[in-house]
Parts: sequence; structure tokens; C-alpha cells
Amino acid sequence: MENILTMSPSPHLSSGATTRRIMLDVIISLVPASVAAVVFFGWKSLMLIGVCILSCVVLEYICRKVMKRKNTTGDLSAVVTGLLLALNLPPGLNPLMAVFGCIVAIVVVKQMFGGIGNNFVNPAITARIVLLVSFPVPMTTWEKPFEWLNTADSVTGATPLALVAQGESTSYLDLFLGNRGGCIGETCVLALLLGGIYLVARRVISPIIPLSFIGTVFVLSFLLGGDPVFHIMSGGVMLGAIFMATDYTTSPMNPLGKLIFGIGCGVITVLIRLYANLPEGVSYSIILMNILTPHIENLTRPRPFGKERKHEKA
Amino acid sequence: MGDKLKLALKPFRIRGTVKAPHRKHTAGCESVIMPPPDEVLICMSQHIGAPCKPTVKVGQQVFVGQIVGDSEAFVSAPVHSSVSGKVKKIETITMPNGSRVEAVRIESDGLMTPDESVRPPEINGREDFLRAVRSSGLVGLGGAGFPVHVKLSADKDKVDTLIINAAECEPYITADNREALENSWGVISGIKSVMELLDIDRVIIGVEDNKPEAIRALDEVCQAANRDMKGNVSVLPLKARYPYGAEKVIVKACTNRVILEGKLPADVGCIVMNIASVAFISSYLKTGMPLVSKRITVDGAAVANPQNVIVPIGTKIRDIIEFCGGYKEQPEKLLFGGPMMGLALPDDEMPLLKQNNAILALSKKEAKRLEPSDCIRCGRCASVCPMGLTPPTLAGYVKLKDTHGLLKNGIMVCMECGCCAFACPANRPIVQSMRLGKELVKNAGKKEGK
Repeated sequence: MENILTMSPSPHLSSGATTRRIMLDVIISLVPASVAAVVFFGWKSLMLIGVCILSCVVLEYICRKVMKRKNTTGDLSAVVTGLLLALNLPPGLNPLMAVFGCIVAIVVVKQMFGGIGNNFVNPAITARIVLLVSFPVPMTTWEKPFEWLNTADSVTGATPLALVAQGESTSYLDLFLGNRGGCIGETCVLALLLGGIYLVARRVISPIIPLSFIGTVFVLSFLLGGDPVFHIMSGGVMLGAIFMATDYTTSPMNPLGKLIFGIGCGVITVLIRLYANLPEGVSYSIILMNILTPHIENLTRPRPFGKERKHEKA
Repeated sequence: MGDKLKLALKPFRIRGTVKAPHRKHTAGCESVIMPPPDEVLICMSQHIGAPCKPTVKVGQQVFVGQIVGDSEAFVSAPVHSSVSGKVKKIETITMPNGSRVEAVRIESDGLMTPDESVRPPEINGREDFLRAVRSSGLVGLGGAGFPVHVKLSADKDKVDTLIINAAECEPYITADNREALENSWGVISGIKSVMELLDIDRVIIGVEDNKPEAIRALDEVCQAANRDMKGNVSVLPLKARYPYGAEKVIVKACTNRVILEGKLPADVGCIVMNIASVAFISSYLKTGMPLVSKRITVDGAAVANPQNVIVPIGTKIRDIIEFCGGYKEQPEKLLFGGPMMGLALPDDEMPLLKQNNAILALSKKEAKRLEPSDCIRCGRCASVCPMGLTPPTLAGYVKLKDTHGLLKNGIMVCMECGCCAFACPANRPIVQSMRLGKELVKNAGKKEGK
């Protein structure tokens, strides 16, 4: 043997899972929701998706370059952030505002805290909240679905949650299929559920957070006198519970922590919807629970095998 | 694999574990006995515990089974010459883990003349038996190499169960499978001796269910044994997931007993023995020939003829690979043991040790590992950990060198099985981090002691 052998510590095998593959799965799972966005809200939503993805990737590349760190655009996480942010925007938003959102997500929330795995809140959600606070009117100007087919000037509509405040209701079928006003990616419950099933089947996410989040919204809105079916299918509950609350970095790792996280998101969402001066509370509930994640994790860490209880108190 | 085996026992639940590829290519390969090599290198430390001191001199004539190294310490086992011939040199070699130990180089005369001390031991009760096991040089053949007489010396009143570990959860390795198939009567006779001499009633043989033939063979001999003696021997098919063969895991799977941190199987009334170890006891009681050869799996894409070989201990890896047809291609990695916990070797000059059960020559493609990237906190490591640890938290404490935090979060429970690193999508060196953490805790303990 002339050549030198590789010496490395065990294990010498790997499962073949990669960050890139996980992110690719998330992108695949968001395809149905993206298609639904284009179907209901037209080419404007396709442009928003394109603008967000492109600016997130470019911003991540520039950031890493400026910070003299390894380029990480290859892991596709910036694509996921861009796509999720786009799906959380109203159809008529000025693309420049969307780019501002991308700067908040990638530069401020993600890279300034150390890049992938180090942000303490969800970048896309934070960007959405910053946009909502910065541009309250454009961020809450909704369009009726299929308007893009009829007229050159789109007619503004209201979201089902806002309609309820005015005493109007939307049919369950329209909610399920997405034939309603709202952010481009949040309306089609069917597409979001398909994506969620794909993620669970691929074992990318555990179903605990989505189920506990949606379940809590269902039960609590029923107890407080709301329409539970309406509440779980309207607003951003599906998008938030399946794709945003399950973000690895900002949600607890162990099953009990995930359960608490999901229930917490659900409770805050319902309380904001029913008692606060805002029609929608999914974003705020997730960001608040993101901040609580380290504490939830500390309190719910499983007991190691064969570790006696008394040691834990020490 | 198809047909279901009907056996009474079911394993208890185990947390975590991974579905590692099996790659048991050599499962059907009948073991081949390798002829004695020209020279063997008998290492003085082939077990956990005190290393031996050479008891032979350069130029001395030695025979097969003759003691060439021994120690006064209790936790130790003598080493024997595996060939007959002349002691050429007593030298210090570097082990793959970096430690330096003495080794006796013996030039074989090719005759394999047994030593005159080799005769069946006389056993009258427990004490004689334990002494015989010690002088046989037997160490745990599953990989760790814990001297077997120490295990068997556990308090007689406490122990009620003997667990035979034939799980063989590491990919590639099939040596235990061959032991079960080729020597099932030897296995059961060894079990009987241990049962009688240590007064144990219950024996559970744990085998992963990807070895249905081994399960069937063992079940057959167990039923025969149960007919003509008191006590109960049974086969328990385990899930074919890694690491069901780890000591704490197999004890939990077989008996639902949890070994507490820092304790041994004997503390929960169990003795765990590898299937090859118990089979060796049977042959030693019959012939008196100490542990001088063992069955190993030689595999990996870089080996020409992968197979199971019975090799004299101390044979150099190069000679074993040559016996198996040499290298088919340039190996990227040479391993002692399986790919999950095996040790990478710097070259093929190392001699075979008692506790090694495989030599793997991995090709470039098999040994490929990706560059580590940042942790994305996906939690896969924590969800697969059979010990219920949370590696990212521990890694954080390692960075801070916070031994209190490390201890509190159970670093010492880690057995370095490698499930976390196997599952990690960011290819993080988690096992190294855990090892570093354990060293930090040990060193902090030493400082406090002084």
C-alpha cells in the first residue's frame, strides 16, 4: 500500500441526509401552495415569489461574502425563506417592499445572528411582521381571487376574518379550496395539507407541532364561542402551523417541547383573533413562541437513559 | 427473511436507534481457517484493564497456547502465543487509539505444536471455573474486550439472567451469525456450563431478526437444552436496528431493566456475554486451548474475496487481507470492527487483537463523508439517541467547557454508538464532541481528586 489511509473517528457511515435535501423537500412541499397562489391571484403572485427567492439568495450570497464566511446559498435555505416570505404577502404588494422584507429576513434576522441554525426567530415571519408594521395599508390590501382574469384594475376585497367582523361569512368549501382573499400562499388549505403530508411522510417534520397548533385553535375557538372549522381554515393557520412553526431552528427539538410550542401558538392565535384589535394573530403567536423556545427546551429536555431523578435537581 | 418465526418472547421498547444499512454480504460464507502466518505480533493489551507484562525472552521457543504475557491485576487477562516458533523481538508499538504498548513478535515454525500446559481444566465449582476463564485469556469478543472472568465474578445472589449477545447490529459483520450457524451446539454447551457453575436459571439469546437462519438454529438447540435441564434458555428476536447489540440497549430490550448511569449489567441482575465468548468457554472446557484464534469478518469493497476467516490472534492485517485475495482497489479506510464504532487504522501492519470481530477495507465510495456544515437544530441526533441525550445542548457545554452542565445533561451516559452523527444532515462531528466532553469531565474529576 503506497497511499495514505484516511484516519477519522467513528462512525464511518452516514445516513445520506443533507441540509440541502431537507430544504429541497420543503420547497417541493410548497409547490402546490405556490401553484394555488398563481391560480387564484395571477402573475403578480408569481412575480412576488420570483422576486423574493432571487433577492433572498443574492442577499445571502452578498452577506456571506462581506462577512468573509463560506458561501451557504447551496443549502437552499435562502430559497425556502424567500418562498415562505412571498407566500405570506398580499397579492398586490409592491415588489420593492417585498425586497425590503427579504433584507429583514436574510440580512438582519438570519445572517447577523450567524446564519443558518442560529437565528432566534423565524426570518420569514419576522420580515412579514416588519412589513406589516412599516406598510400597514399595502400589507392589508387584499384582492378577490380570480380578479386578475376579469379586469385590468383589480378589485380589492377583504379576508374572511375581516368579513366575519363585518358579519359576513365564507363557505367552508371556498375556504378549503382557497377561493377567498388573503396572502397569496395561505388561502388554499388543500394545497397546504398536501405539502404537510409530504413533509411528514418524508420525515422532514414531525406532525406534533402542526397537529397541536391546529387542534388548539379548533378546541379553543369552539370553547370561546367561535366557529372552529372556520378558524382553522381561515387566515394563516395552515401555512403557519405546517410550514412556519415547524422551522427547526426556532422550535423545540424534543416531542414534549414541540407539543407545548404548538399549543402555545394555538392559544395566542385564538386570543389575538377573538380579543385583540387585530383580525389575524398567527405571525405574532409564532414569533412569541420562537422567543420562548430555548426556555421550553430547557424545561422539557428528556431524562437520559439510566440517569436518576435526584441528579436533575442538583 | 420472509417467513415469520413464532417465538414466545418479544423485545421491550428501546428509545431512538437508526436504520443503518445491513450490508451483511458475508452472511452465507462458511468460515475458512487461515493457515498460520510467518510471524505474529502478540500485543500485551488486548482488553480493558491493566496491560500484561511479557513473560518470555527473545530467542525463547514458544508453543501454541503458551502464556507470553500476564498481569497481577484482577481486571486483566493473560495473552498466549497463537503459533509455535521463536520469540524474535519484544517491542513497543503504537495502537490505533494512540497508546503505546508492548508486543511480542514471534516467528512461526509453521508446525502449530500445542504447548504441554494445554489440557482440559479441572472444574469443581464456581471458583475453579472463574480461575479457568481467567487463564483462558477470554475477553468479551463482541468488541469492547472486557475480561470475562471479571463479568462472571459478579455477586451470585444478585444475578438471575444471562444474556447472550448475538445481535450483531453493526453493518457488514457476520462472524456471530456464522458462530450461531456453524457452532450452535458449542454455544448451547457453553451456556449450560455457565448456567450450572454460576447457578443462573434464565438465559436470553438476543439476535436481530435479519438473521432468521441463526434464530432458527439457536431456537432448535435451546429447545433441546430446555428438555434435559432445569432453567430456561430462549431466543429473543430483536429489531434489526442499530445499536441493539449495545450492552445497555440489549439488557433493556431483553429484560426491560435500565442500567443506571455508571453501573454495570450485574447491578440489574444480568450478565451479558457475546455469543462467540460463550462458545469459546465450551471449547476451552473441552480442550484447554486458550484464546489463540478467532472468527472475523473480512469485508469492504476494497477486499477481493470478502469472507469469514478463523485467524490466529496477532496475525497482521496485511496477511489476513492477502489470504482474502488482497486488495481489489486502493482502500480509502481500514477499520478494526464495524463502520459505526470501528477504529480507523493508519496502516495494515497492525496485528489482530482478541476483541476484533471484523476487518473492513472500505473503498473511496464507501468511506465518503461530506464536509460538516452548521447545525440546523433539526433534532435528528436527539431523536435517534438510544440514551436519550440531546447532542446540540451537550456540544454547547463542550464549547463552554462547562463540566457541571455536561454532567447534568448526562454526557457520561453516551456510549459513542454514533447514531447521532449517522443521522446528522449537517455531517457534524458529534461523536468527537461527545468524547471531548467526557474527557473534560474526567479531567475535572482528576483535578478535584488531587
